[in-house]
Amino acid sequence: MRYLLKRLGFYVLAAFAAVTLNFFLPRLMPGDPATALFARFKGRLSPESLDALRAAFGLTNAPLWKQYLTYLSHVLHGDLGTSIAYFPSAVSQVIGSALGWTLFVAGTAVILSFAIGTLLGMAAAWWRRGALDTWLPSTLVFFGSFPYFWLAMAALYVLGFSFRWFPLGHAYSDDTTPGWTAAFALDVLRHAALPIATVVLATLGGWLLTMRNTMISVLGSDYVNLARAKGLSPARVVLRYAARNALLPSVTGFGMALGFVLGGSLLTEIVFSYPGQGYLLVQAVRNQDYPLMQGIFLVITLAVLGANWLVDVAILWLDPRTRDSSE
Amino acid sequence: MKQPSGPSGSGLGSWARAIHRDRKGLFGACVLGAFALVAIAGPWFFGDPSALVGIPLQPPTWPHPLGTNGQGQDVLAQLVVGTRASLLLGFAVGLAVVLLGALVGVPAGYFGGRTDGVLSIFSNVFLVLPGLPLAIVIAAYLPASPATVAIVLVVTGWAWNARVVRSQTLALRRRDFVAAAVVAGESDVRILLVEILPSMLSVLVAQVIGSTVYAIGAQVGLEFLGLGDVSRVSWGTMLYWAQNDSALLTGAWWMFVPPGLCVALVGFGLTLLNSAFDEISNPRLALERVWRAHLASRGRAPERSTPVVRNHA
Repeated sequence: MRYLLKRLGFYVLAAFAAVTLNFFLPRLMPGDPATALFARFKGRLSPESLDALRAAFGLTNAPLWKQYLTYLSHVLHGDLGTSIAYFPSAVSQVIGSALGWTLFVAGTAVILSFAIGTLLGMAAAWWRRGALDTWLPSTLVFFGSFPYFWLAMAALYVLGFSFRWFPLGHAYSDDTTPGWTAAFALDVLRHAALPIATVVLATLGGWLLTMRNTMISVLGSDYVNLARAKGLSPARVVLRYAARNALLPSVTGFGMALGFVLGGSLLTEIVFSYPGQGYLLVQAVRNQDYPLMQGIFLVITLAVLGANWLVDVAILWLDPRTRDSSE
Repeated sequence: MKQPSGPSGSGLGSWARAIHRDRKGLFGACVLGAFALVAIAGPWFFGDPSALVGIPLQPPTWPHPLGTNGQGQDVLAQLVVGTRASLLLGFAVGLAVVLLGALVGVPAGYFGGRTDGVLSIFSNVFLVLPGLPLAIVIAAYLPASPATVAIVLVVTGWAWNARVVRSQTLALRRRDFVAAAVVAGESDVRILLVEILPSMLSVLVAQVIGSTVYAIGAQVGLEFLGLGDVSRVSWGTMLYWAQNDSALLTGAWWMFVPPGLCVALVGFGLTLLNSAFDEISNPRLALERVWRAHLASRGRAPERSTPVVRNHA
């Protein structure tokens, strides 16, 4: 319990750091969002409106600590400002409408990739130097060397454009009405298949290698040899004895990799014009929509921190050493 | 780091031998060598990569072996010229990331206590913040240029290295030769520079390789988003224009396949090279190789068990 609280404290600190970064970035960098927006309208705005814009971005003449407190209270109330690209919608509203798609695609991809990769790693370690162990890791590492979004482009070109097996983009077809129907669910799955598959393909190799390498050293340890000598079935030795301990580095790495995989998944969304955070991010970059960009950064950070905390819970379950909080 | 057992000479010589012995490592080195050659000499054989040389979106033909892009520029010329820009930035960022990581990680591991507490929390926070969104938020405020991309990648990429270097330093700190230096009254700076850093060289080299892979991939990602200078030719901006000109939906595969393949080949080559280095810097793997050679000399196939490095204290 103390362990979980300690971790929670760390995540609160990280979230606080992210918010603070968000506050100071526009104030430290050359050129603030209001001036950038002002410049975009090339003289069609009066100098007075520049002041109004600055006020709207929270860049008032109040002392810095006062601006900071105002910003903090706004963030705590879920107020992330007004979007420029989707004016006059609130940033929180714009992000909220796209969050579900991103969580669906990235979440499914990360979990699938971790599960499949770990199982394959177990198999590769058990049948060491077999066909699986010789070819699969290098092949998957090769696929892992491609940028995620490039794999997405290739998949879209071959399977979508040339063979027409999959739709070319978006989360669902124009002619299906969203709702809790089987037809709609099937349509959504068809659209999500390629984005998910490319992220899985790009990340599979990492999980496989991590699991394989730990599994090999665990399989060589005395307690596994004893389990074998007792005549336990191979399945029991692998799953109940070896895998449970070998899983630990993979799970720890899972937390670390989440942010990275999510980043790749955002770029993949762009290729498929998938209406998630990645798509919003491009719109934000194109329109210099700083409030939207920063909002997305904040929301994704919170999602990653939350997922990391869940990983900590999993570690608590896997590793008894974390449970006796003698530290 | 202990010198690996088995036939070994001084640092670089033994690395070269290990790469030679390891077919994958050799392959990786060859791929990288070829790309380095292209990056150095290639641009001399091509004119201005931005020159308009033909009809836009021309499929590969003899005068333009990789076709033309949406503006009617030669894709091969862009690829070759882009190689230099992309590799240079990738390597520079890889180096800078490792330096920054060492700058934070070494003091944290060596001094321990409060220094370690502050530095560790700092790097752990950066480790858990999602890199790409953070990079985008910072890059968007800076002028679009290769320098921006480099700065942003260093800021978002150093934390992992700092963590690894910290734990390495922590392990070295407890070794006898460091304790001897402390007793001999050497200054902290001298111990760090003369005793600890050289012992970590193999780790740092491996980190430079790994970080370069990261830097090239992330750089391409940022440029693909349009956060680099899109008027400069590099692999990332080539992909940006491919997406912008809807290369996919017009079937112009020659616009996006070559730069992506190059990114993957360089990344794959670096990864193979790294695992070849690992063979010598990881005593467990080195031991296993010796064991297998020993068994083979007696005409026996190795079985499943793995020799384990044991610490008999």
